[in-house]
Amino acid sequence: MDNKDIKTKPKLANDGLAEHEKALFCDARPQSYKPLGKYVEKFLNWARANSLWILGYGTGCGAIELRPLMTARFDMFRWGLAPRPTPRQAGVFVIGGYMSVKTLKRVIRSYEQMQGPKFVIGLGSCTINGGMYWDSYNTINRVDHYLPVDIYITGCMPRPEALIAGFNKLKELIKEGKTDGQNEYANNFDWYKANQKKIVKDWNMPDYNW
Amino acid sequence: MQQIIDKLIDRYAIEPIQVRRNNQVFVTIEKNRLPDVLTFLRDYENYTHLAFITAVDYPEIEKFQLTYMLHNYETNTDLGLRVLLDRTEPEMVSVHHLWEQVATYQRELREMFGIDFPGSPGLNESFALEGWDEIPPMRRDFDTKEYSERTYFPRPGRKTYDPREYMKQKLYPEKKEDK
Repeated sequence: MDNKDIKTKPKLANDGLAEHEKALFCDARPQSYKPLGKYVEKFLNWARANSLWILGYGTGCGAIELRPLMTARFDMFRWGLAPRPTPRQAGVFVIGGYMSVKTLKRVIRSYEQMQGPKFVIGLGSCTINGGMYWDSYNTINRVDHYLPVDIYITGCMPRPEALIAGFNKLKELIKEGKTDGQNEYANNFDWYKANQKKIVKDWNMPDYNW
Repeated sequence: MQQIIDKLIDRYAIEPIQVRRNNQVFVTIEKNRLPDVLTFLRDYENYTHLAFITAVDYPEIEKFQLTYMLHNYETNTDLGLRVLLDRTEPEMVSVHHLWEQVATYQRELREMFGIDFPGSPGLNESFALEGWDEIPPMRRDFDTKEYSERTYFPRPGRKTYDPREYMKQKLYPEKKEDK
């Protein structure tokens, strides 16, 4: 426990939970990851970049574009990408297109359950500025206000080739050590949480799920 | 189709009948008549399939218009029953005893338009909008753009140019100086 935040900042209130549920959930804040030595970290980044496991959670219409990637024509396994059924085993969260408020709640919950190091890919123009749903009553406009997004792939929808390019770019960034979303989330936790709670009005889950 | 129109006029004295196509007819009926007519159509006239219920908001006449769309698989005809509701206190008779799936439509209408269906199961549970605290979003007096800009942190747009002026400046910068 050499993490500064854990000692200085207060524990999470978990206000959304009922009184009898509070004991069931953890009230600790997320910890930021302290990099190991330079060369160890370089090796680890190489390893991380070559085994990107995707959380198979289709959050929007972009999930359609992930399916062709698995098929023989595009064959994403060539790049070490593999879909996983649960957030516990996944390292990459692909936000597939538009995100409604209802989805956002599940996405936050899944993202926080993923083990670090974790990366987020925003897929399609809806994740960037709302896309064609920019003035909708139920679609959020910018994903990076709620989750730390490492890379955006533009298009409506992007072709599988664009997706592959995006994944390869992500791999480059990981190898250079520039994907720091996990620490960003942990360090700016209060800001992210305030944004999330502004949107998700019936917050009935713990403040940090893991 | 003409037979069923005649029967409806005979039995229920329904007057404004709008024939859209040979196999698609819309009738407007009174609110309290609806369960009778639906039961009659389902049990006697073979309109067994309720395709959807939908609502249209008419703030200019202070009404909601509900449309119950029925389908007959034998004659392959559609019959739309329309009901006008008061917009200030929209309340409608629930027909979930005729088709179970109606409860889902009614939940949706309750959430999106604020129309009340007393007795419908699970009516006040949230459907797609969780924790919504504004006026129902599909009402026409709800300004969805304003709400989105207020709530969802809109990304500032890029700088845009009028293409004609922009090209003029770029190609003939000296002419601009003359002015």
